[in-house]
Amino acid sequence: MGMTITEKILASHCGKSKVTPGEIINAKVDLAMANELSAQLAIKEFDDWGMSKIFDSNKVALIPDHFTPNKDITSANIAKKVREFAWKHNIKFYIEQGRAGIEHAVMAERGMILPGEVLIGGDSHSTTCGAMGCFAAGVGSSDIAYAWAVGEIWLKVPSSMKIILKGKLKNWVSGKDIILHIIKEISVDGATYMAMEFTGSGVSQLNMADRFTMSNMSTEAGAKNGIFSVDDETLQYVRNTERYKLEKPEFKIYESDFDAKYEIEKEYDMSVIEPQVACPFSPGNVKPLSDVEKLPIDAVIIGTCTNGWIEDMRRAAAIFKGRKVHPKVRVIVIPGSTLIQKQAIQEGLAEIFIESGCVFSTSTCGPCIGGHMGVLAEKERCVSTTNRNFVGRMGHPSSEVYLANPAVAAASAILGRIASPEEL
Amino acid sequence: MLLKGKVWKYGENINTDVILPGRWCHLYLEEDLAKHCLEDLDPDFVKKASPGDIIVAGKNFGCGSSREIAPLAIKAAKVSCVIAPSFARIFYRNAINLGFPIFESDECYQKAETGDILEVDIATGVIANLTKNQKYSSTPFPEFMRMIIQKGGLKGYVLERMKNKT
Repeated sequence: MGMTITEKILASHCGKSKVTPGEIINAKVDLAMANELSAQLAIKEFDDWGMSKIFDSNKVALIPDHFTPNKDITSANIAKKVREFAWKHNIKFYIEQGRAGIEHAVMAERGMILPGEVLIGGDSHSTTCGAMGCFAAGVGSSDIAYAWAVGEIWLKVPSSMKIILKGKLKNWVSGKDIILHIIKEISVDGATYMAMEFTGSGVSQLNMADRFTMSNMSTEAGAKNGIFSVDDETLQYVRNTERYKLEKPEFKIYESDFDAKYEIEKEYDMSVIEPQVACPFSPGNVKPLSDVEKLPIDAVIIGTCTNGWIEDMRRAAAIFKGRKVHPKVRVIVIPGSTLIQKQAIQEGLAEIFIESGCVFSTSTCGPCIGGHMGVLAEKERCVSTTNRNFVGRMGHPSSEVYLANPAVAAASAILGRIASPEEL
Repeated sequence: MLLKGKVWKYGENINTDVILPGRWCHLYLEEDLAKHCLEDLDPDFVKKASPGDIIVAGKNFGCGSSREIAPLAIKAAKVSCVIAPSFARIFYRNAINLGFPIFESDECYQKAETGDILEVDIATGVIANLTKNQKYSSTPFPEFMRMIIQKGGLKGYVLERMKNKT
């Protein structure tokens, strides 16, 4: 019996030739990442446990992004605590506000994590980098502190769900719509404890942004990791990262065996999927856009770790170009990282956003978690390209969030209501 | 060891955003977190619950964010355990790592109601409903996780590992 890509990566990280689903292993960690919030508790635990030394400061990333640029004194104190910890322990991948961005985009674009490696992150959307052919899973702060101390993580080897993608994407459809459609089909706990493996002839049509978005939201179906195999698109992306260019690190490419065992296999014809919208208050409450009531909206958020990639910026800008945001709507565009922000400026996208009437923000998780930089008021309605629309997620508990792709969000911003790009 | 308390029952897919909303994510000390436990799900929970009370909820409890302060807030609010048919994976591992007891039991979710008094045997996972005079079973933890829970969480485990290394 063969192994899946996830099983192969995990086996190679615990010194075994084979692992089987359900088995508990201690896997070596190639990168342990935390943002300032998960780091805060991890630092407390690390200190409480009496630990003084990080197992390998080259394998730790600390990326402040949730309440940065700091929104108040409390959040400034948290960022300070994390910064001082990073300096004290000589952490290789501590990147300061203004040079970094949102953790998942930053880890990917800088090549902090590479194909075949094991990443654990103190953030549930740490599944994002699985798009690069690595094992990437979200964990809690204790796990991060544990990894800092011993360089390992305890894991139950997940069984795998094979998602076979076929067919060509329709106009205005992107990875966001495919993953929303899948979450609706299998439900928000359909992949709990499992590895979601995206494969099939349709994958070649998905650019890295699409893949990152899908791996990002695999956690919304309960998955442990969401992984793609490495192809030319992946290799081109990896070879363009800063670290690859500087260090030329070696990495290993794993592929699932033809006789690997899957607990569930699902096949999707992407050519019949139209833009999808997750209605309040669950990422699983998904409807095709044409079935969603064209309700008036107050705010639009485009970007963040789900849809803040350069391709997403281009998709949104294509809609905003030559058009004005509806007078009753506020739009905030948030690129995933400083590098993406810079590229958006170089490509003239930033000017399009600003001309149209959008805020073009520095990278932050702010509004997605109802933290800052665009919190929703009572009963406000927002179309957002983020990944969660739970009660109170982006502000007041009575506010409503509709999750959509960047083109749909931009079209809604122009028309002042939930809208399709086709209507423009 | 027995955990005894009154049931507070909630629905399915209770996410960490309603357990501990994002606006409180800067907090990390137990005494601060306790005040906001379940704030966006049941704003009166903290006022009405007594130490030792038990949360019984539907499947996929704790879905969403990885915030460990969600199970920590429940623990800090002196809830003795959470019982649900299934837990979201990060919440599950966070609870184990914190040494906070959770039990998987669909039967308990189907039959127990708010106000019932439960007595849970940590060792066997048997849940006794003293109000209804019923007994429910729960899924036993794998050996490794039971060992972490017995050590009071990841802290006990890591200290032992570090001791053995030196």
